[in-house]
Amino acid sequence: MSTPTDIPSIPGAGGPAAERGEPILAVRHLVKEFPIRSRGLIPRTVGAVHAVSDVSFDLYQGETLGLVGESGCGKSTTARAVLHLQKATSGQVLFEGTDLTTLAKEKMRLLRRDLQLVFQDPYASLNPRITVNEIIAEPLKIHGLYGKNGQQTVNDLMQRVGLNPEHGNRFPHEFSGGQRQRIGIARALALRPKVLVLDEPVSALDVSIQAGVINLLEDLQEELGLSYLFVAHDLSVVRHIADRVAVMYLGKIVEVGPADELFERPLHPYTQVLISAIPIPDPRRERERERILVQGDVPSPANPPSGCRFRTRCPKFLTLDEGQKQRCVNEEPPLIGRGLGDAHPAACHYAEIQQVL
Amino acid sequence: MSTIDSGESATLTATDTVLSVENLAVDFPSGDGVVHAVRGVSYELRPGEVLGIVGESGSGKSVTSMAVMGLLPKTAGISGSVKFRGRELLGLTDKEMTRVRGKKIAMIFQDPMTSLNPVYKIGYQLAEAVLAHHDISKEQARKRAVELLEMVNIPQPDKRVDQFPHEFSGGMRQRVVIAIAMANDPDVIIADEPTTALDVTVQAQVLESLRAAQRETGAAMVLITHDLGVVAGQADRVLVMYAGKPVEIGSVEDIYYNPRMPYTLGLLGSLPRLDKRDQSRLTPIQGSPPSLVNLPPGCPFTPRCPLAQEVCQTTEPELEQVAAGGFGLRGHMSACHFKELVAQRDPADLFAATAQDADLPDVFGKNDRVLERDQEPTGRQVAEDDFGSDEEDR
Amino acid sequence: MHDLPGENAQTTGNLTPSAGSVEREFTVQARTQFQLILRRFLQHKLAVISVFVLLAVILLAFVGGPLWHYSYTDITPDNSVSPSGTHPFGTDNLGYDEFARVLRGTQRSLEIAFTVAILATVIGTIWGAVAGFYRGFADSLMMRFVDLVLTIPILAAGALLSHHFQSAGWWALALVIAGLSWPAVSRIVRGQTLSLREKEYVEAARAMGAKDGRIIFRHILPNIMGQVIVVVTILVALAILTESSLSYLGFGVQAPDTSLGALISQAQTALQGGQWWLFYFPGIFIILICLSVNFIGDGLRDAFDPSQQRVRA
Repeated sequence: MSTPTDIPSIPGAGGPAAERGEPILAVRHLVKEFPIRSRGLIPRTVGAVHAVSDVSFDLYQGETLGLVGESGCGKSTTARAVLHLQKATSGQVLFEGTDLTTLAKEKMRLLRRDLQLVFQDPYASLNPRITVNEIIAEPLKIHGLYGKNGQQTVNDLMQRVGLNPEHGNRFPHEFSGGQRQRIGIARALALRPKVLVLDEPVSALDVSIQAGVINLLEDLQEELGLSYLFVAHDLSVVRHIADRVAVMYLGKIVEVGPADELFERPLHPYTQVLISAIPIPDPRRERERERILVQGDVPSPANPPSGCRFRTRCPKFLTLDEGQKQRCVNEEPPLIGRGLGDAHPAACHYAEIQQVL
Repeated sequence: MSTIDSGESATLTATDTVLSVENLAVDFPSGDGVVHAVRGVSYELRPGEVLGIVGESGSGKSVTSMAVMGLLPKTAGISGSVKFRGRELLGLTDKEMTRVRGKKIAMIFQDPMTSLNPVYKIGYQLAEAVLAHHDISKEQARKRAVELLEMVNIPQPDKRVDQFPHEFSGGMRQRVVIAIAMANDPDVIIADEPTTALDVTVQAQVLESLRAAQRETGAAMVLITHDLGVVAGQADRVLVMYAGKPVEIGSVEDIYYNPRMPYTLGLLGSLPRLDKRDQSRLTPIQGSPPSLVNLPPGCPFTPRCPLAQEVCQTTEPELEQVAAGGFGLRGHMSACHFKELVAQRDPADLFAATAQDADLPDVFGKNDRVLERDQEPTGRQVAEDDFGSDEEDR
Repeated sequence: MHDLPGENAQTTGNLTPSAGSVEREFTVQARTQFQLILRRFLQHKLAVISVFVLLAVILLAFVGGPLWHYSYTDITPDNSVSPSGTHPFGTDNLGYDEFARVLRGTQRSLEIAFTVAILATVIGTIWGAVAGFYRGFADSLMMRFVDLVLTIPILAAGALLSHHFQSAGWWALALVIAGLSWPAVSRIVRGQTLSLREKEYVEAARAMGAKDGRIIFRHILPNIMGQVIVVVTILVALAILTESSLSYLGFGVQAPDTSLGALISQAQTALQGGQWWLFYFPGIFIILICLSVNFIGDGLRDAFDPSQQRVRA
């Protein structure tokens, strides 16, 4: 068992360390690169896709940290690297002080009980050939926890997520999308985890069904004292459920902060663009809003821009003078406090609050 | 009023109807019986107007527009009437439809990756769209192609026009698709979930281009989506669909600020808000949309409706004008026996902020929803004499 | 005028609707996985007919054979008699009753074919699943071996091996054919495994801490079974044809035992001599078996197609 390491603190944590205590999950300088190999008889590595580049964040007990960004930003890869479903290229993932990246395979298997994952696709995340009872029972059986009361445990779990235990003998295809997602949640809860990583858990559901699952997740968090790492691209959902939010762009975290503050006083131009782009279901407000439009395409993660990765599309960049622009090109802006304190850092040399709601 | 086939476009006044759909119904045969995907959709579209059709999965919104464009498979049974400028479109041969499609009515699909042919240059595909309906030279067509790219804000259009689709990103491809749709100055654009597959910042760009294109050509637009935010920003009028039928129609302000159908109210209540802090709990709509095979009589929303009464089980409500006080010109209609009860209510008044799925056996007794049809139907906790056996109603 | 439902509000704040049970939502009959598969299979008319045909052939061969009053070793005094009452399929020039011979031959051919199918499937499935699951170096090695075996021409190798093991019996022949056809199965299984291992439910199993074996046998293989069964049916047909070819070349089943292929082989000259019954009857049986197995394979493939879910608009 590796000895608990001292966790260096980073900006973006939810408050003075003395108040918050140690985070239950601490990610430090996580890097994940996918090599690009040339084809041919002897494949050589000719480049890499920098999916996650030096990401650090804390997750505290009982809180929900939202990890948001658009496609290609690396949030899903981060989630999987945190759970060690993808081997990180470098960096540390400290769960209750233990570094998961250096853990032996057997020990990791045991720790998996504390860290579970809820998937996005309710149709693909359940084995279509086994019954719901078996799906939920599987984690228990794998870890030898099924025993005599196994079926009762499964029934309890089904009830807890709002499903009828009498339907346990059915197959997944007989349930609706929302119900399948609940089955997935029940499965994730079977081992009484401490941390749940949720990868777009409601994106595939209809809006009226989403709400029920969101309520369920909130209830469960309160009841069971869970900590959530909530990965999503839907900012409305994230604002509703998250305590703190981290925004990712092209493999890096560009801003972190308490949810309400981040949405009302965003610092980083990308955050501002993102929030501005989201349509609000309120016709008058929606038509009165000013949109910040971003130009161009997302650069390829195999070849990210130098310095600040957002500079090729940044609306603020266009307003800077030559000297300032040079700084953006040459110097990668660190994620530090920019006027709103250490609890709300941003990675931009010229960060400025701009309200976009 | 309207010319029929002459290829000249008569000028339309603001009160003319450019597209009129009446009682459109579509049936599909399937292994389990006939699927009534669309069960009587009617709406009118004026020039320059944007009609948003919203609904969740299974509501039939996409099938409706496919029927209008004549893109459904031969096995589909279509009835009703679709009139473009007074001319009936249903029942036209494929050849005749081809003349209408693209020129008068253009369609934009969801997936930008497959809407374009990967082996032809963008300029070629744009020019092809133009040349299909106009007799002009290749140079003129190319010039028009560059103009179109400019209209949708594609940077460096003169260079881009010679590139292939794979050199464009998803959002740009969708904008090219919009440009192609605009190529022939259509009178109606039907956009079916045009931005669903795109990232949100790209979505904003594409919607902006769509708006620009629509304004420039003066076309009317039917925007089909499940995203209530998009509709709020783009539509003038909104039609809400549920289980193959429209359940509410009105101006966008009517629908969002004064909904008169419990489903619409429920939908609005289940949306988390980006612009509000300290949000109260969401109010989901429990249960799921019904299967469109063997639909029981009465209102299809009954099992999920907090206002349901006996009449809802027996009679399906018609779309009727709502009491005065709306924001819209052409009236606000709702298909609900109790539409007046919904007025000025908060979703939380009617819908519980629950986390449960409707499956849970609760105080109402055994609610064996899904699958045990062979079992005794057990009623909810209601008056005993209420509706007798469920079986009779089927 | 209806009372405001608000009167009956429960403490949760939910207004009690007085009508509309949740059952109304679901008006499609429930079906288990197996019933769905069966139903889809039954929609394939040709496949269903083929099942009956094949069953009839099997019964005829295994039950009818021993029951027939002539055994395949009996030498009757009637030589080269064309089909008649006593000899429905006629006799050959040695006096064997052709009906008995054909039934026996069918029996043999079926035994060989099914043995081959089962052996090749088991070996091929495990090989392909392991290769596809672990990928990397192990996969490359295993599949190169598969490629190697596939280059061996089955008839030449089969002929050579069965020549050496002539006295070993029909099961040796089956082994040889199985040994050369399992690679085809492994290729398909590997392909399916490669795609399924990326599925989210496999990832979920990993996230739970499931061991590799469990993932392969519990999550991947059951979902491939559909494809594998189809391959099995194809192998059956292939095995019969291969055995027939080998027997035709003189290397299969030896006298006095017979197989359909051997019968055809012996009947080569018979056609020219006008004894058509010695050639066509065995031929028809081969065709019947291969065709019906093929159609059953088609039916199974469609029946196992998981893309047909519950009927919902």
